[in-house]
Amino acid sequence: MSSKRILIYGIVALCLLGLYVAGRRSAQKPKRTASGNLAPDFTLTDLDGRKVTLSNYRGKVVLLDFWATWCGPCRTEIPHFVEMQNQYGPQGFQVIGISMDDDAKPVREFALQYKLNYPVAVGDDKLADRFGGVLGLPVNFIIDRQGRIHAKYLGATDVSVFDSDVKGLLAQP
Amino acid sequence: MKRICLLAVIVLTLALSGSAVAQAPVLFDGTNPVVFSFQDAPSDESIPQARLITPDQLVKALQAANQKPLVFEVGPHTLYAQAHIPGSEYMGAGSSDAGQQKLRERVKSLPKNSAIVIYCGCCPWGRCPNMHPAYVLLHSLGFTNVKALYIADNFGTDWVNKGYPIAKGD
Repeated sequence: MSSKRILIYGIVALCLLGLYVAGRRSAQKPKRTASGNLAPDFTLTDLDGRKVTLSNYRGKVVLLDFWATWCGPCRTEIPHFVEMQNQYGPQGFQVIGISMDDDAKPVREFALQYKLNYPVAVGDDKLADRFGGVLGLPVNFIIDRQGRIHAKYLGATDVSVFDSDVKGLLAQP
Repeated sequence: MKRICLLAVIVLTLALSGSAVAQAPVLFDGTNPVVFSFQDAPSDESIPQARLITPDQLVKALQAANQKPLVFEVGPHTLYAQAHIPGSEYMGAGSSDAGQQKLRERVKSLPKNSAIVIYCGCCPWGRCPNMHPAYVLLHSLGFTNVKALYIADNFGTDWVNKGYPIAKGD
């Protein structure tokens, strides 16, 4: 086989490898589904003992994060949510964390360690059911100022997606 | 020839750089990017391939008239309460002391060749903190017929949404 032919085969193989890797990436993309339905209301007690009622945040854009301390992708997202709360909070943005941990102790430790700057409460299966089931983590919802679910995000989501969606909703009345 | 080489390099570079970005999240503002990395528990990817069972295979095994495996859920209770495999037993998170203790107690009197399937489905395969510790525990206790249910994404996507049977509650 000539060296030129070997080179061509090599290049073709590289292209195929590149396309395979790119294909795997797109296959692993999290799902984002639009909704428009009114978000189910709930009242929970947060880690500081304060009542958190979703409907009290009408007028704000809310990012509702179902997460757990043992969930790697959730832990990756949380520093971004802290940053988003800092950046967009003054414009009417609020993150609410709903931990799906089986008890509050590790949640408390995590919240202190990572300096969570938004309310965090421990949820349960009944609350999860009302949001269409949380059968895998993380699951996030962005809720508009009118209390409607703008979108549901299943799985680890690129923070630029949250950022873009939140900025778009904050720009609306 | 040069064009082909250039194209190949571009395709490969784009694909590989995209993967790298996906695995190393940075702060969104772009002005002062900080890479966060967290040490996850040992990965379920280290469970030998031969010890994996797919959802389809498990459904068939559970429908078989004889030799049904014991199925243990080694994930969080919130997940189990929402939906679980009918007949499966809740053990608790395999990564927790309580989950490990309950699993140890449950299998104490079982023959070492018992057919056991463990599953979680809280997180994508490779990111689940519970499967690997539960598998290692059963292996260390001498169980020789343990299988891990391969759930690629999560229990909702890979079991419930596929229409496999579920039960709810405790």
